[in-house]
Amino acid sequence: MSGSGERSILLDVKALERRFPLGKGWLHAVDDVSLEIGAGECVGLVGESGCGKSTLVKLITRLLDPTAGRIAFDGHDIGGVPAARFARAPERALIQMVFQDPTDSLNPRFTAFDTIADPIRRLGRDRGAGAVSTRVRELAEMVGLPEALLGRFPHQLSGGQKQRVGIARAIALEPKLLVLDEPTSALDVSVQAVILKLLDELRRRLGISYLFVSHDLAVVRLVADRVIVMYLGRVVETGPVERVFANPGHPYTRALLASVPMPERRGERRFRLTGEPRSPIDPSPTVCRFYGRCPDGFERCEREMPVLRSDAAGHAVACHLHG
Amino acid sequence: MSDPPIPLLAVQDLSVEFRTRAGVVHALDRVSFDVQRGETVGVVGESGSGKSVTAFALLRILDPSARISEGRAVFGGLDLVTATEHDLGLQRGRELSMIFQNPRTALNPIRPVGRQIADVLLRHGNVARAQVRRRAVELLAQVQIPDPERRYAAYPFQLSGGMCQRVMIALALACSPSLLIADEPTTGLDVTTQAAIMDLIRELAERTNMATLLITHDLALAAEQCDRIVVMHAGHVVEVAPAEALFETPRHPYTAKLVAATPHAAERLADLAAIPGGLPDLRGELPPCRYRFRCERYAPLCDGPLPRVEVLPGHMVACWKPL
Amino acid sequence: MTALLRHGRYVLGENPVTGLAFALFVLLVVLAAAGPGLVPYDPLASNTAEALKPPSRAHWFGTDQLGRDLLSRVVVATRLDLTISICAVMIAFAVGSAAGVTGGFYGGWTDRLIGRVLDTIMAFPLFVLAMGIVAALGNTVANIVYATAIINVPFYARLARSEVMVRREAGFIEAARLAGNRGPRILAMHLFPNCLPPMMVQISLNLGWAILNAAGLSFIGLGVRPPTPEWGIMVAEGAAFIVSGEWWIGLFPGAALMLAVFCFNLLGDGLRDLIDPRRRT
Repeated sequence: MSGSGERSILLDVKALERRFPLGKGWLHAVDDVSLEIGAGECVGLVGESGCGKSTLVKLITRLLDPTAGRIAFDGHDIGGVPAARFARAPERALIQMVFQDPTDSLNPRFTAFDTIADPIRRLGRDRGAGAVSTRVRELAEMVGLPEALLGRFPHQLSGGQKQRVGIARAIALEPKLLVLDEPTSALDVSVQAVILKLLDELRRRLGISYLFVSHDLAVVRLVADRVIVMYLGRVVETGPVERVFANPGHPYTRALLASVPMPERRGERRFRLTGEPRSPIDPSPTVCRFYGRCPDGFERCEREMPVLRSDAAGHAVACHLHG
Repeated sequence: MSDPPIPLLAVQDLSVEFRTRAGVVHALDRVSFDVQRGETVGVVGESGSGKSVTAFALLRILDPSARISEGRAVFGGLDLVTATEHDLGLQRGRELSMIFQNPRTALNPIRPVGRQIADVLLRHGNVARAQVRRRAVELLAQVQIPDPERRYAAYPFQLSGGMCQRVMIALALACSPSLLIADEPTTGLDVTTQAAIMDLIRELAERTNMATLLITHDLALAAEQCDRIVVMHAGHVVEVAPAEALFETPRHPYTAKLVAATPHAAERLADLAAIPGGLPDLRGELPPCRYRFRCERYAPLCDGPLPRVEVLPGHMVACWKPL
Repeated sequence: MTALLRHGRYVLGENPVTGLAFALFVLLVVLAAAGPGLVPYDPLASNTAEALKPPSRAHWFGTDQLGRDLLSRVVVATRLDLTISICAVMIAFAVGSAAGVTGGFYGGWTDRLIGRVLDTIMAFPLFVLAMGIVAALGNTVANIVYATAIINVPFYARLARSEVMVRREAGFIEAARLAGNRGPRILAMHLFPNCLPPMMVQISLNLGWAILNAAGLSFIGLGVRPPTPEWGIMVAEGAAFIVSGEWWIGLFPGAALMLAVFCFNLLGDGLRDLIDPRRRT
């Protein structure tokens, strides 16, 4: 890992797997995923639709149970506690989430106040009406939400304001890990900057770790310390964000970076992916998931699944050629 | 000096208002720009800027509560604003085509995609009934849909988002139009799919010297793909310039802020700029410059009628105090 | 509460038809509550000397074959008809939506089991079910209420179930889980209130239909028995006399029925607007 070696590990995921039955086979949504998030760091998670990041997010926030593998939070095994019973686990308050779509993630019948108050009323230390009210106001101020808006319903708030409500709700219980699922994708560019800066400030001030899921690599570059790249359920590359983006090892990461619109690249011939993605249903455990679309594939890729190999700086690639 | 070429599409002072219960919304106010044969023009703006309304107005597919109150849009000698439904119908689909955001919902869900293409060919393409299926399969192959023979009979729900968008492109390009209007064609698609779709559009456009009007909120995308860019704010055109010039040396304060808010342009998170204020309420009385209340450079002379200043050949700014 | 009242005034003012329906509803409720005290004659008192008299100043709606004042009977019947239909609908709503949200939320075997029970109920025509219940449990008004309630359960269940299934995966439900809410609480406090607006329309339409059901059952002799005034029986009695020209005996109770159903149907939209926070400005 980059930085000091003494940083404590907050979230430790080992060989996590989640399969879904589909017809006669199994859909491998998340397959042999291992990752670590340290205290106070921001880890970016990138990958496209079908890569498994939504499922991974649900596993980490314990809304879904894994079919194999371990999830440890602050040293305690939380993967073993079934999702249905996790609401009463002591770690529930410590792992929270900010959602992508501010409209979908707020209850249309709850005022902003009620939305932010809900977790406090359920799991807060002090659940008296006065304490709740004080805390909600405190949170609103922290996220820059004018107190006058607390009595409003979601449809009376702008996208940016709704997202602030979502953030206030997420930090209400003083979590240690915050999963942010595309928190600014649904917002206008002018509001995006404000929200991203707010999130960054909150992280430093409150010492929270972030798992920042985004399809927008330019944003990930700005907010994350490390980045994890997923493809078809597996981690293909991980490492410090500057290194990975400057020197991508895995061909898929290269393709991703090459696809990001860059005004400087006008008229250039782009590095393109060809072919169809492999099926995530009953995939072969011995063939690299990227084989077939990869411009560099050779015969070893077809008989042996590549594993993540890390260099001294913590940059790991799962590729026979580039690892 | 030779006369400047007659533009393929010349929009002049286009103004649109919506009658709503809460008052008249002045969605567009004297929008002017033109598109030359074969060039790609981007229309960039945030939500509420009026960019989609412009596109819909050109094809006259606005909501019934909308009214084009002023202006002309001359396309190949025909004024689209005053043309009869009959004349317009001859243009739509044949010379003037459009692709929409959210491809899956823009296609008829209960009709196989191949048949939808065939419908366009039969209506506009002067293709003999016996040849229609063959031609449709050819078009599917042209937009790089694998296995086009089989996919002819597929329904939209059986195709991925990217493939649906390719079908829509095939539909739009079936009769080789001279102008393609693309309304946020890649929003919601994966970044690699987005790159592939944009490459496809550009390739097909080059092949037939087709002009493209690309509407997007993604400034980086427009800067990469377009020859010239039109920047819109609150129903006004604020700047028109060649793509490179606009991104590197924007002259309108709003454009400058928009560029600074693009994650791509920032080195660090602290460099990412927000745009203060919000969109003005488009009902009722509005100042001549609709950016006035958000602009730090405001001076009393900005209360005069909105000018159109040509700071450089081909670079127009609607501002009394351009940068 | 004041916000609700203010919103209520806004909704009523916005659509005059809703206002009209609401006024009618208030009238019906007043008549149901205070009717017996307001009427000029005893609805049960027969006076054969005055039998079969057409509408006049003394008897605004005329008299029936036993000389009873029709106006008094029609007004007093309001209480019974309204009570039967409101009770039936409330029971159907409570049971039906509980079943529907449970099935929709938990899915799997719970959902399938509930679905089969609902299918069974839907297979019974109302009158067959009512007669069955009457045969088994006796010919009382209460049993008619149960029969009407049971028949209506599937509609609420279906509606509630589909509303829940649409919202089950929504972000705010996941957020509720993250906040420490557990299944039953999510159902009751987060999901169900969002399903209410469409159910409001259903309730209102149902009230109209339930009144017709009750009237229909009394028409064929189940439930309410003479001399109790009830619109259905009165229409039945009046039917026999239309041929001989005494049109008023059947017309006025029929008109009252029609007015009540009309009122409830119109009220549906207004009720939904009242409940749905998205309509608040």
